[in-house]
Amino acid sequence: MSEHIEALARHVEAQLQGRATRVASLATEVTIEVASAALLDVARTLRDAPELKFEVLIDVTVVDYSQFRLETWQTHSATDTGFSRARIQPAPAEEPTPPPRPAAGSRFAVVYHLLSVSNNQRLRVRVKCEDEDEPVVDSVVDIWASANWFEREAFDLFGVFFRDHPDLRRILTDYGFIGHPFRKDFPLIGNVEVRYDAERKRVVYQPVSIEPRVLVPRVIRDDNRYNPALKDAPSK
Amino acid sequence: MSEIRNYTMNFGPQHPAAHGVMRLVLEMDGEVIQKADPHIGLLHRGTEKLAESKPYNQSIGYMDRLDYTSMMCNEHAYVMAIENLLGVTIPERAQYIRVMFDEVTRILNHLIWLGAHALDIGAMTVFLLAFKEREELMDVYEAVSGTRMHATYYRPGGVHRDLPDTMPRYQASKWRSQKDADRFNAARNGTMLDFIGAFAERFPKSVDDYETLLTDNRIWKQRTVNIGVVSPERALQLGFSGPMLRGSGIAWDLRKKQPYEVYDRMDFDIPVGVNGDCYDRYLVRIEELRQSTRIIRQCVEWLKGNPGPVMVAERKIRPPRREEMKEDMESLIHHFKFFTEGYCVPEGETYAAIEAPKGELGVYLVSDGANKPYRLKVRAPGFAHLGALDEMVRGHMLADVVAVIGTQDIVFGEVDR
Repeated sequence: MSEHIEALARHVEAQLQGRATRVASLATEVTIEVASAALLDVARTLRDAPELKFEVLIDVTVVDYSQFRLETWQTHSATDTGFSRARIQPAPAEEPTPPPRPAAGSRFAVVYHLLSVSNNQRLRVRVKCEDEDEPVVDSVVDIWASANWFEREAFDLFGVFFRDHPDLRRILTDYGFIGHPFRKDFPLIGNVEVRYDAERKRVVYQPVSIEPRVLVPRVIRDDNRYNPALKDAPSK
Repeated sequence: MSEIRNYTMNFGPQHPAAHGVMRLVLEMDGEVIQKADPHIGLLHRGTEKLAESKPYNQSIGYMDRLDYTSMMCNEHAYVMAIENLLGVTIPERAQYIRVMFDEVTRILNHLIWLGAHALDIGAMTVFLLAFKEREELMDVYEAVSGTRMHATYYRPGGVHRDLPDTMPRYQASKWRSQKDADRFNAARNGTMLDFIGAFAERFPKSVDDYETLLTDNRIWKQRTVNIGVVSPERALQLGFSGPMLRGSGIAWDLRKKQPYEVYDRMDFDIPVGVNGDCYDRYLVRIEELRQSTRIIRQCVEWLKGNPGPVMVAERKIRPPRREEMKEDMESLIHHFKFFTEGYCVPEGETYAAIEAPKGELGVYLVSDGANKPYRLKVRAPGFAHLGALDEMVRGHMLADVVAVIGTQDIVFGEVDR
């Protein structure tokens, strides 16, 4: 398996010649990062080069990295093996401080999953959007037709624009929906709710009436628990 | 001379042939379709966003509700993604159980597809016959997980529990005589594996019955042959997978090409179509029903002879056994932490794909090291297929839209997510 992966990584590097950088990933997968200006060029090479032949675009999606590694609980490791203690963060000040913004140009990343049926291999391509207020990347519809709906979905849910997309409309959300619901700063319960108004005899929109709440706090623990040398002794 | 304009027609959102809630805006030239614009999202529940707000294990149940006709396959992709990141290998017996239930699920899915597809095109009987067999498999789901559909049976690290020794039995009542109950119970006297094994032996005959009704049926052929033809090149371009791709003549099946669990030890064949029309895709799926029973038979045989654990021993990702909790303080703590906080998954990202009945179902999971996913993306096969609906129905008659929707095996739970 790993030989196969290494061979693929070598082919990708040889074909792209510095237009892409390989980033760390699981040993069974290959991920490359491409500058948004070079995307179309790289995509065409990936599809057409005989050692690569990624003729299927399996998926296009977006990741919003604005709250990456942000936690509601902070933990302090007590031991290497056991559970560490968790503390709730101190109560927020009068004016909640906005979460730290990620470095410019690293909030939105568009992720493409490619599959080669003829060579039986997969590749993940990540493109970071440089402008985070108006994220834009080139559309790959002309290279893979399946990108059409995937990019529409990414636009709908994350507000990433795809340049030269033939039909960039919303796809999953309601007609007339405002906002991009999968962004990390969009509340989980949404902004509006609908109900039937008996007086006006139609369905009306109104601000949501339920309180947002967190049932399980988000906690990050780096306590070596998957280190095989540190397994608990099996109980009898 | 009056100007002749195309006619725009609205189809759905509530239409029995739309297989759920889909609105289609059709631009017609007489009876011929010029353009089809599917409006989807009426069943959008934001599953992926919901999963970001819950510990990993609490989202397994949501996965069942994606493609609600092939429940366990959805769970499979999700738990496989988690296992990839955790780096755990599940016990062999659990792998066989998963393969067996994936194939049970494939039969469940193809049966409802066959029934609904035939019903759309006008054959009522197949629907009734298919649901009769489906009922038996629902009982298997119920025996193993307690629910008929949304099983939540696969867990990261294995499966929830081992296969039960008995099958639930019918009881005589005011509406069912003792004689009838005994007749129903005849196959349920042994273990669950006996029941599935007997089903797998008997089922190919039922498939013959469906074929008798449809395969050489003149009306069926008139409605499906040369309808919705997709060339192999276009199928790849459009991101097709599963029977939609194989119907176009590309022998691509993840169970063979990128085997997961124990599929590499299974002996089965991949049916492939020739013309890429609705009829070929029908034949492919029918043959898959037969191949699935072959896999099930092999799994049953292995599972009967090889008892063992069905869950990893790693106690951070599974709840401890009840008996352990009674005596062991450590287990009690694990139990508490597991259900209140869950477990943290190492930072990283992965894409886990399985051959679901409808095609490649993938889960792209990004973890930042927390006890909840940072981003979860479900790659639904139906989404890519429905995106090609416009291309497949152009130039066809209005009635063929129904045949094409049927052949795509669309379920809106997974298209809209």
